Amino acid sequence: MKFQHARYSLAILASLVLVSIGTVMLDQKVNAAAEGKITGTVKLDGTAPRQRPIDMSKEPSCAKIHESNPVHMENVVASASGALQNVVVYVSEGLTGNEASAVSSENPTWDQKGCQYIPHVMALNPNQHFKVVNSDQTSHNIHPMPKQGGPNHEWNKSQPTGAPPFDVFWTGEEVAIPVKCNIHPWMHGYMAVVKGPNAVSDANGSFTLNLPPGSYTVTAWQEEYGTQTQKVTVAAGKPATADFTFKAK
Amino acid sequence: MRARLICSQWMCVAVVVAVSSLSGAQSTANQENQWMGIESHIGNLTGHAANAKDDYRRYCVGCHGDLGDGQGENAVWLDPKPRDFTIAQFKCRSTPTGTLPTDEDLFNTIARGLDNSNMPPWNTFTKVQRADLVAYIKHFSAKWQTEKPGTPIQIPPEPEVTADRIKAGQVLFKKLECWKCHGVEGRGNGPSADTLTDDLNRPIKPFDFHDGDRFKCGKSNADLYKIFMTGLDGTPMPSFADNVKPDEAWDLVFYLRTLQPMKTKEKEIARQLGLKPIDPNAPNP
Repeated sequence: MKFQHARYSLAILASLVLVSIGTVMLDQKVNAAAEGKITGTVKLDGTAPRQRPIDMSKEPSCAKIHESNPVHMENVVASASGALQNVVVYVSEGLTGNEASAVSSENPTWDQKGCQYIPHVMALNPNQHFKVVNSDQTSHNIHPMPKQGGPNHEWNKSQPTGAPPFDVFWTGEEVAIPVKCNIHPWMHGYMAVVKGPNAVSDANGSFTLNLPPGSYTVTAWQEEYGTQTQKVTVAAGKPATADFTFKAK
Repeated sequence: MRARLICSQWMCVAVVVAVSSLSGAQSTANQENQWMGIESHIGNLTGHAANAKDDYRRYCVGCHGDLGDGQGENAVWLDPKPRDFTIAQFKCRSTPTGTLPTDEDLFNTIARGLDNSNMPPWNTFTKVQRADLVAYIKHFSAKWQTEKPGTPIQIPPEPEVTADRIKAGQVLFKKLECWKCHGVEGRGNGPSADTLTDDLNRPIKPFDFHDGDRFKCGKSNADLYKIFMTGLDGTPMPSFADNVKPDEAWDLVFYLRTLQPMKTKEKEIARQLGLKPIDPNAPNP
């Protein structure tokens, strides 16, 4: 009788252990699933239009910074091998509710440095906070101009030299909001407000989007060339690829 | 026979015009039905959009248009362009940049008019008429359904003008780089002045303080205070509220008054001080 009792408890113990191992393994599987991703590069087919040099002589403090290395417009930034920088890549269709409503906890910086916006293009989620910084020895006015009648409000704030950074966010999706400084008319950049994972292509034209497995429509946006889309299926544990090529006008 | 043919062609044109104008009228009607219930509240006054229909048609429609989109038949001849009420963005506000104005701001703008534009002061209206018109302006944009006006900026009581305040104001004028657009003497001829454009990408001039006190949003010291603290949305004029303390803002108001062509208390003090225009190349104190 006693022996039988012990056997019962052993069996219960064993099944408990099995169940818990199973749970742990299942958990791992879920984690692996969340680690799907899309990688790719953005290329320019053809020769990039000439990017005019910027004359900053009206702002000596900035002109001095670029004395040895003059800056050019950044409408199309492409390498000699055709890698296209500053392209916003995001998921335009196929996000689950959770992915779409998630707000990145990153707090990026929109810097005004050497009378240029750094970065030139920034991607954000709706309600994701970012910091506006003036690193220059001159006043700037930061003037984002969202689409009129759209979900976001235009605003225009002065940020004198030495003024503390300020925190701000956009509420509505918009690709993309042009930003300018009226005092230094050559300064311009874009803020793209999109739901879900997003990226801006780097100097090699590469980007990575971290996504759970699923079927998605991925959109790439470039300020001169507009948008391109393609369908991408992401499988668990295996990065999917999505390369984009924009044709030079 | 030929005359008859021409005649029928004209009739055809007439029909097309009639049909297209009908459809235009219909979209107005839809909009009116949608948000016509909106109210405005100015003190104890309550304005009702529906009551302003006739006044709007009679007095406003020529410039601001049937649909409130600033495309009235006179619009092509005007510069600056009439306000497009469908985007709900206004220059003269007591509220921070990027927010809706209060009902009172719109109420005051109607009565005051906008200097240096074709908007006259509508001071012949009764207060009730104006309140109704404010509600009517608001019925053109969905923004008034989903958003609240911003919280008006703080304006402390106006202090006594002193020489120290005027000097402090001049330091601000240089430090905030007002002169980049408005010029070292406030003549609207700063280094960036020639490149300025408004939201419609039309050239726009910075205010020349030697022109007088016909400021866009009112002549009083408090109006001047509001202009640079809230900014004029839709123009290059930014808000300075983040970097100018409420009390300091009065210093700048007093300094700006020294630039005026007419006799002002501030100008007299500046004369006694022997105040020189700023030197943009000198370091900030």
